Amino acid sequence: MTVRRPGLANRMADNLETTVAFWYLAIAAVGAGALMLVARNPVHSAISLVIVIFHVAGLFVILGAGFLAVAQIAIYAGAIVVLFLFTLMMLDMRRLPEERVTHRQIWLGIPLGILLAIEGVVVSVGTPEISASIKGTFPPATVSELGGSTQALAVSLFNEFTLPFLGASVLLTAATIGAIVLARRVEAHEQADYPQAAEASSPDDTPAEPGPAEPVLEESAR
Amino acid sequence: MDFWAWLILITKVLAIFVLFALGAIPLVLLERWVLGRMQSRYGPHRVGWRGSLQSAADGLKLGIKEDMIPGKSDKGVYWFAPVMMVMPAMAAWAIVPFGPEVEMGRTIGLWVADLNVGILFFLAMGSLGVYGVVMSGWSSNSKYAHLGALRSSAQVISYELVMGLAVLAVIIYAGSLSLIDIVNAQAGLWFIVPQLIGFLLFVFAAVAETNRAPFDLPEAESELVAGFHVEYSGMRWAFFFMAEYANMLLMAALVATLFLGGWNGWTIPGLEALTGVIWFLLKVSLFMFGFFLLRATQPRFRYDQLMNFCWKILIPIGVVNLLIAAGLRMAWS
Repeated sequence: MTVRRPGLANRMADNLETTVAFWYLAIAAVGAGALMLVARNPVHSAISLVIVIFHVAGLFVILGAGFLAVAQIAIYAGAIVVLFLFTLMMLDMRRLPEERVTHRQIWLGIPLGILLAIEGVVVSVGTPEISASIKGTFPPATVSELGGSTQALAVSLFNEFTLPFLGASVLLTAATIGAIVLARRVEAHEQADYPQAAEASSPDDTPAEPGPAEPVLEESAR
Repeated sequence: MDFWAWLILITKVLAIFVLFALGAIPLVLLERWVLGRMQSRYGPHRVGWRGSLQSAADGLKLGIKEDMIPGKSDKGVYWFAPVMMVMPAMAAWAIVPFGPEVEMGRTIGLWVADLNVGILFFLAMGSLGVYGVVMSGWSSNSKYAHLGALRSSAQVISYELVMGLAVLAVIIYAGSLSLIDIVNAQAGLWFIVPQLIGFLLFVFAAVAETNRAPFDLPEAESELVAGFHVEYSGMRWAFFFMAEYANMLLMAALVATLFLGGWNGWTIPGLEALTGVIWFLLKVSLFMFGFFLLRATQPRFRYDQLMNFCWKILIPIGVVNLLIAAGLRMAWS
């Protein structure tokens, strides 16, 4: 009796299109990842990161996890890396020292990378039994019973993980409000209420005369 | 997939490509005619019958123009930026349903792909669009382009939230992320009726996302010359132009699909597919005309007004609207 491997290996055995797509996406993702590490210009690194994210999203599509793929692009590529680029564009590149490609951390990184590679090999191509034993709580049958990967994710998120989900939401909201408060400049008419805050900010920012109010939300939009 | 399925798919993709590549030519002409009428002047009237070949001639001129690359630009990123501009705009067209299913030997849907996460795919591609702007602005190594790119990224990221909130309310009503299901859910009542607020939010966000007047600060010609694409010329510049018009068409198509019932409308029995496509195109044309009218009549926002409008007015309204929609949905079911 042959034990059929779950997931990707199974799908790849079934049709040619998936195999071609997988090898393209895998090679492109790893290549762009390497480019991200060795690029000397931080903007090039950020763009390579977007390419990695895009191709990993493609791998999710092959696995039938469309929601995950789209969320990956919308959140990581569409929001997080854009903010990286936004910040990098504010910097004057000519004043940054040319970054060295390798650092001393490489001596810790190489053994850890080798260990991760061995684990990956053992799990994916080692024995079918290992890979069969580590499928998640949602095997393909359960997912199709629930009506798709989006529904499966929703069931999991809003039943089993409701409390962590709400906790993360509260934490993120608090962090956002904190960032707005920290980024906000103290306006002239508020100096009387918060004298110590007025001292902390630089004198250029706070005119002595009550001037026109600063557009506060420009700060938070960043 | 068999041979015919492949052939049908490739035909659909090519149709979208042709629409994308050639769509800008008639649209630019129409826009210039409308602007001309609105401002009591002729508009284009020399090339061809009443100037009808004007934008085709412009396109030809751009095609044979010299392609200049600024000396101190970042060549690789400069080269790649127009590609990043065009690619998401084109990819998002894959999910737009032009009409209902047609029986021609086999059942063919008048769309490229019916994704079960269709509307999220549109939002994801919309969020990728900002990369073309940021990369072109940064790599040009020019002050105006840089300022335009900074403005645009802040603007697009902010208004994406408004668009997401408006779309979420529609998803709550339709109960599905697939655009086909969303259109079918509007067979009885178009979502503009229960979701008038969501519709208005989406329209504001659509105009801002496409960087059109009155939200065209990234390319404000009176202060930034042309903003992020000021250093581009020839065919590369034409790519930015094509992407802008493809994005406008996409937004018009999405408004028609999400709020105006897509292909739904009065039909002649036996010709459901044809009338469906005509209805869809009529609704899209209405919104394209709206884009032109806005440009002709509205002055440009100031930057702080733009941000205040988004964060202090639109987003709170969007959150409240979403809560009300969810509450109504709970009360029904």
